[in-house]
Amino acid sequence: MKKKGFADLFFVFLLLYLFLPILATMLYAFATNWNKTVLPEGLTFKWIATLFQDSSFIEAFGRSVLLSGGAVLLALLFIVPAIFVIVLYFPKYEKWIQAAVVMVYAFPGVILAVGLIRAYAHIGVPMILAVLGAYVISILPYIYQGTRNSLRSVNARQLLDAAELLGASKAQAFSKVLLPAVYPGLFAGALLSFSVLFGEFVLINLVVGSRFETVQIYLMKKLSTSGHIASSVVFVYLVLMGILTFIISMLTKRSKGAAKV
Amino acid sequence: MLTSKKQLLVWILPFLVLVLLFFIVPLLYMVISSFSNGGGFTLGHYQEVLTSSYILQGFKNSITLSAVSAIIALVVTLFAVYAMMRFSEPVRERILMVSNLTSNFSGIPLAFAFIVLLGNSGLFTLLFEKWGIDSLSSFSLYSWGGLLLVYIYFQLPLSLMLLYPIYYGIQQQWKDAAALLGASTFQFWRKIGIPIMLPGIVGTFSVLFANAMGAYASAYALTGSNYNLVAIRIGALLSGDIFAQPELASAIAVLLGVTMVIAMLLSEWSIKKTRRNL
Repeated sequence: MKKKGFADLFFVFLLLYLFLPILATMLYAFATNWNKTVLPEGLTFKWIATLFQDSSFIEAFGRSVLLSGGAVLLALLFIVPAIFVIVLYFPKYEKWIQAAVVMVYAFPGVILAVGLIRAYAHIGVPMILAVLGAYVISILPYIYQGTRNSLRSVNARQLLDAAELLGASKAQAFSKVLLPAVYPGLFAGALLSFSVLFGEFVLINLVVGSRFETVQIYLMKKLSTSGHIASSVVFVYLVLMGILTFIISMLTKRSKGAAKV
Repeated sequence: MLTSKKQLLVWILPFLVLVLLFFIVPLLYMVISSFSNGGGFTLGHYQEVLTSSYILQGFKNSITLSAVSAIIALVVTLFAVYAMMRFSEPVRERILMVSNLTSNFSGIPLAFAFIVLLGNSGLFTLLFEKWGIDSLSSFSLYSWGGLLLVYIYFQLPLSLMLLYPIYYGIQQQWKDAAALLGASTFQFWRKIGIPIMLPGIVGTFSVLFANAMGAYASAYALTGSNYNLVAIRIGALLSGDIFAQPELASAIAVLLGVTMVIAMLLSEWSIKKTRRNL
């Protein structure tokens, strides 16, 4: 115990370092004037109210939700079934998914943006579709992790075999037994993916640009024009992320609890 | 049975099409484009990258920024995880959850938060001015040092998330056994703890390094295209702040991609090695 003082210092530093920027930005969103004094001169709801009256912010928010939500939905429809089939029936191919996950990590947005533009910019495909597709691929690591963990924690293989032994068809066993059991883990993975995509800037900015103004692009514009509005955007963003993180941790806890029973 | 199993393969098809269309095809086009010169084959873009001191400087800046931010984040989280172990498991999990929340705080919002703290009329800038610490109040966020602070911020939660399970694998029994045999805490860590964790630490380092090499948004928000980093260079050549040179951008992106793949393979290899040890 006595030797930990030194390490504690690092721990406190870590917490301060992670929270100070967040707290300062949130405070800025409610500050009347904060240019010459160390702490704000007064507090106001004016900036938040202004932000929500700005129709271009509301529209940008809608676009972000549509784009990120659409990508997550497509991943649930097309990637999750593939992961199910491979993990449950063709486990020897699972290493290929793992390889794909590593490759997705290895090629971040700035590299993928070059490829998307070279491949699709000159053949008349709407580039927003290219970004949507790239979003679906870029959340593969989170979707795979979420699906894999929940399949493992409910012993999916035995569960399906048991259901089929008791007379359920493959489709019934899948939709009535397996899906409800893995749902919390899947949902947590989907929310995590959504929150990652909601903060995405590189692909949308380089490939599509301000023709499809998401919250991140809106924020980038406000950065140079109004600090108060920018901090209000960050405030709204943080509240949304906080809610999503809270739900994710509840879901993960629940699916862990279910595994223990 | 066999036919029904084969029918299941249909479910994999859409996934393969997506990977092909939005991952493999773009990357192939990027590689082809890096060798092409308006239709013909050329090595000229690579030659340009390797002889342009400006682009090489960008690589150098990115590599040092990524390596230094990764090392600092690693050292801080190594000690922080050690300190965290005195809390009960539910408390530790709550700390991890909060740290995960901050991992979403990156890119443009993060850059803005640092402007609020350390920008030209930032909280700390004013504070240091008031206290008369000129050396600190003249600190520029829009420089290498400023970028380093921002990069450290987004490395910390990731580093914590990756190191915690590695640290968790160090069994209490090993410590007890070592203590019974007369080893001090320091000896335990030097001879047993650190060597066991080492591959994991190396793996974490390469993930953090790759994470920073590919980062774009925060640096772009802070310095526009002014600070010379590889990712910023690619973006500028692509969107044509001056004039677009997508083929040169492709060549740089291929080289960056090779760097990233090497870093990821290194981390995969070390993580496998750690798992065997624990």
